[in-house]
Amino acid sequence: MLKVEHLTKVYEGGTIALEDVSFEVPAGEFLAVIGLSGSGKSTLLRCINRLIEPTEGRILWNGADITSASQDEMRRIRRKIGMVFQHFNLVHRSKVITNVLQGSLGYVNPALSIINKFPKEQLERALSQLGRVGLTDQAYKRADTLSGGQQQRVGVARAMMQNPEMVLADEPVASLDPVLAHSIMQYLELINKEDNVTVLCSLHFLDLVHRYADNTIALKDGHLVFEGPPSEIDDAKFKDIYGEEAERVG
Amino acid sequence: MVALAIIAGVVVYAYGFSATNVDISQIKAETRLAQLTRVVRALARPDLVTYERTDTNTDAPIYMPCPPGGFTPPKVDQYSRHITIEPACVNPGDPITVHGENFSPNARVTLYMVPPSGDLNLILGQQFVADETGSFTETLDTRERASEEQQTIRAITREPIGSIFHPATIDTFDSQGNAITVKSPRISEAAKVTWVKIIQTVFIALLATTLGVFIAIPMSFFASRNLMKDIKIPLIKLALQIIAFPVGMVLGALAAGEAHRLSLNLTSNLALTWLGVLVLPALMLVAIRWALPAVEDEEPSPGVRLARAMVLVIAAVAGVVVLFLVGNLLMRFGVWLAPKLGSFFFLGDFSTTIGDILIAVITFVTALMAAAVLANLAGRFAVWLRAHASDSVVRPISLPLSAVAGAGMMLLLGQLISWLYKIQDPVKIIWVPGAIGALLGLGLAARVYKKEAVNVGLTVYYAARTLFNGIRSIEPLVMVIVFAVWVGLGAFAGALALSLHTVAALAKLYSEQVESILTGPLEAVQATGATRLQTIVYAVIPQIVPPYISFTLYRWDINVRMSTIIGFAGGGGIGAILQQNIRLLDYRAASVNMLAIAVVVASMDYLSSRVRERIV
Repeated sequence: MLKVEHLTKVYEGGTIALEDVSFEVPAGEFLAVIGLSGSGKSTLLRCINRLIEPTEGRILWNGADITSASQDEMRRIRRKIGMVFQHFNLVHRSKVITNVLQGSLGYVNPALSIINKFPKEQLERALSQLGRVGLTDQAYKRADTLSGGQQQRVGVARAMMQNPEMVLADEPVASLDPVLAHSIMQYLELINKEDNVTVLCSLHFLDLVHRYADNTIALKDGHLVFEGPPSEIDDAKFKDIYGEEAERVG
Repeated sequence: MVALAIIAGVVVYAYGFSATNVDISQIKAETRLAQLTRVVRALARPDLVTYERTDTNTDAPIYMPCPPGGFTPPKVDQYSRHITIEPACVNPGDPITVHGENFSPNARVTLYMVPPSGDLNLILGQQFVADETGSFTETLDTRERASEEQQTIRAITREPIGSIFHPATIDTFDSQGNAITVKSPRISEAAKVTWVKIIQTVFIALLATTLGVFIAIPMSFFASRNLMKDIKIPLIKLALQIIAFPVGMVLGALAAGEAHRLSLNLTSNLALTWLGVLVLPALMLVAIRWALPAVEDEEPSPGVRLARAMVLVIAAVAGVVVLFLVGNLLMRFGVWLAPKLGSFFFLGDFSTTIGDILIAVITFVTALMAAAVLANLAGRFAVWLRAHASDSVVRPISLPLSAVAGAGMMLLLGQLISWLYKIQDPVKIIWVPGAIGALLGLGLAARVYKKEAVNVGLTVYYAARTLFNGIRSIEPLVMVIVFAVWVGLGAFAGALALSLHTVAALAKLYSEQVESILTGPLEAVQATGATRLQTIVYAVIPQIVPPYISFTLYRWDINVRMSTIIGFAGGGGIGAILQQNIRLLDYRAASVNMLAIAVVVASMDYLSSRVRERIV
């Protein structure tokens, strides 16, 4: 269970990215985060695993307070939270398999991993995760030789490598075509339903929200303006969230 | 506006001409031009081969007196060595003008008259010297020996034997009077020395670049703002670590001393030494495997942690002993091997030197590592303290600790001042620095009282940047003077000076690359729970490898150029020989040096551009 309480993030210079955001996510839920670009979706997701430090507020996860955790504790917390990014964020010059193995960095002994020695079971797990996303034959190629859709699948495999209890997906399909978008979302749906992984996924297109999400929250200018199932987003709520000139696309 | 700029420009350049003593009359002065011609001509004739010389005859026919119908001498080949006589026939005793060409430059020429019998050389006039092109024109009187047959005017000079395509072999005597056989032409002394020295020069560049790269790579991370800016340490942790560091160094040095004593017991016996080198690492491996498990699912208990720590300490001491033993073995191996290898003796010497370096360096490195470990432990203690004690306890403690840490650092500075300026007064080297340090520590503690985290990362960043900028602004040519005093004049000093400058220059270039990496992969690796070091290895390093290689090659090119001239200031290599030749006015030998430099630099440039194509 993820509890976000009065989360506020103000950047140096005064920009208010998030203001007093509070919500709860029960374990195993697929939560969609929607809103205009710049409304705070990325900031919110990054505050949850503290890639960005919140200015105020608390984030509790399974009872543990993420916001005041120490460095060592953050390591143990972060390794249970997988993250998928809009621009894939693979290390281009490294091989695909190395990118997937990065998912186990939170678990393996730091000294041995420095010299690139991973335990055999981790290697086998990495290959099986690649198999799950259908990329076993690309395992030893350089990551930047893959197409966009393939790279995002590697990103998903890397996140799954962590055996996460929660996955944060920051606009994972924004750079992909509709077919690829659905296939990536289906992987997220698979791990959500089969492995009971909580998924927080920020999305732009409402058809994906309707199809995959159990619940939705909407941000506007850093404030939480809507919380509820996707079916409740009628035209009025849509204009609330996206503004008067917005039109539905698809 | 423009007019003002032009006037300002004129004034500036006018002053510049005056300040740099621009003097056109010097450029046109006759004596200067003559000297210039001499030097340039010498430079155009590099002293690559030496010829043996022997007395050689150059003949031309003459009739004394003129035969009826006059005498037209046969045509001579203008390009080979010859003399022509004007007029071609005279009355005995009359003067003739002898014109010679293609002799050796500045050759000593003696002219003779040879009667028809050919068995006498009658000297004419005095010995004289041909000009730089090997030409001469002499007017002198003939002897009063008439004949109806053809007589000969002969020029005798020392001319070189043999040619490049048809070398000759000569028996002669060396400087001590021993009989030796030499080839003519043969490679000159200047060429031989140049060859040896240019090889040395290339290796100066190689060693300097290698050493520089190794040190610059870790240093560059300290000079990268994006890596350093987030490193914030709570004050109490910082203070405890600063206090623990010198304590650790002392303990480490003591431990290394003990290990050395232990190893000396073993090294007296070769068999025991080998035993130690083989058995100890095996034991260490077992110990480390046990102490560092591959995957940690649960947090280990304090008892297990303590046991692991002790095992690691013992393994570390064993490791130091092994290193001493290895150093000893390397030295023994080198000493045994060198005489057996003939011209590859340097492999044996290399082994000995490496062993020597290893032994000398072990104590220092062990002290550093012990300091790092102790500082790490102190840091963990501080973290534990902050987690288990309330703020009202932790904050007041951090004040005196900070004062002690500050005083400690300033005391080290005091020691340095005492050594540099030979001050023994305890007030100046202990009390005053200590007091200043304590005050600074308290000041820092007061400033971060509320937030408690000191931005150590940025401080280290600024310190590193300033240090490298400082070192970079001193040319290696100047630095080599200091190194020459330390390790002696020669190539070693040159290599050390170059590597110091290389470290500073490369650290800056490398760190600029680190600062421009994509942050996305960095975020992604951090999000998996990786430690800072893991993040650097998996997200930063793969992104910076191609520019690092590129800059390394760039620096290699620069070092090759610098190593050719570092000899001018005492750094060995071909620069030393070039400077010597110029001082001795031996421009022909200098020309050989310059030729070698040009060839080496050009070929190294070409090589590195090929490597760059393949790798980057």
